[in-house]
Amino acid sequence: MTRRVKQRYLALKIESAESFEEEDIKDAVWSAVIQLFGEYGASQAGLFFVQYDKQRKEAVLRCSHKALPMVQASIASVTKMKDKPAAIHVLRVSGSLRALRKKVSKQFL
Amino acid sequence: MTKFVDLHLCAPLRDIEQIKKMVTKSFELGYRLVGIPLPSNVELDEIERLRKICSEAGLDFVSRVDITPKNTQELLANLRRLRRKFEVVSVLCMSKPIARQAAKDRRVDVLSFPVAKPRNRFFDSAEAELASESSASLEIDMAPLLSLEGFLRIRLISSLRREVAIAKSFHVPVVISSGAANDYLLRGPHDYSALAMLFDMDSSLAFNALSEVPLCIVERNRLKLSSDFVAPGLRVVRRRDP
Repeated sequence: MTRRVKQRYLALKIESAESFEEEDIKDAVWSAVIQLFGEYGASQAGLFFVQYDKQRKEAVLRCSHKALPMVQASIASVTKMKDKPAAIHVLRVSGSLRALRKKVSKQFL
Repeated sequence: MTKFVDLHLCAPLRDIEQIKKMVTKSFELGYRLVGIPLPSNVELDEIERLRKICSEAGLDFVSRVDITPKNTQELLANLRRLRRKFEVVSVLCMSKPIARQAAKDRRVDVLSFPVAKPRNRFFDSAEAELASESSASLEIDMAPLLSLEGFLRIRLISSLRREVAIAKSFHVPVVISSGAANDYLLRGPHDYSALAMLFDMDSSLAFNALSEVPLCIVERNRLKLSSDFVAPGLRVVRRRDP
């Protein structure tokens, strides 16, 4: 029997003077993972974009529990999006989406 | 609660708004103490102005000077002149004799090496041995790791991996600093800890390099610079009323 793969949910804050589409964020994160860890590393990350709030510049991303340090390092290495200076900060990490939303709302509301 | 420290916030001193922005961002990211490098001829008013900006943002300010000497004589002259003026003294080692002299001098707090030239990174086992005896720390700036791309970044990561391994084996403390010149290059302590994994630094060592090690340097120097300090292990605890 295959064991269930543990997941981690990451709340992200996009910091830039510009406003970006969801595709731009996805491109930036995927490129960063591939640049730092290669296609093999990216294949193990299990990246999935859960949601993106363009107004608040916040996103939620899911990745494999084992690949969390790799994904965090890649996200931290993003300095540009569509050739514009930008940064992505990880606000919180959680094992479930519900707990993540609770933690983020506690922190910022 | 862990007190995170960024000892190398390279804020542009002429631009007050940018300094305020960077200092506020540092606080938001979780830092509680920041070191801003100052020119060696800085006025006391300037230091007080920066201290005020930082305290308004909720941060403790550390005055720091980065020395880039051309030879060992210049290094010694600078240390003699600047040691009692700044809380943290960092030496950017551009040659091997300078690196060796800086590593054995107890007045040097932090050793840093040029990023652009990997051959000029002289942190080898001999350097580490001297540094461990004089309690100098190795500083790793994270901004170049973010801004460099391709082959240059690969070379930098490889150099850092080698240096961290040497530092570990000789028990040389490592300090992780941002080295950021703008707010887009600032990252939180957890992000730096994840990035430190790239050069084989585990998370506990990385958090130590972002909190305890720099905090220890600052506290040690503040004690030495206080008027109550007499000699190592000896300080004035009470004065007789005049």
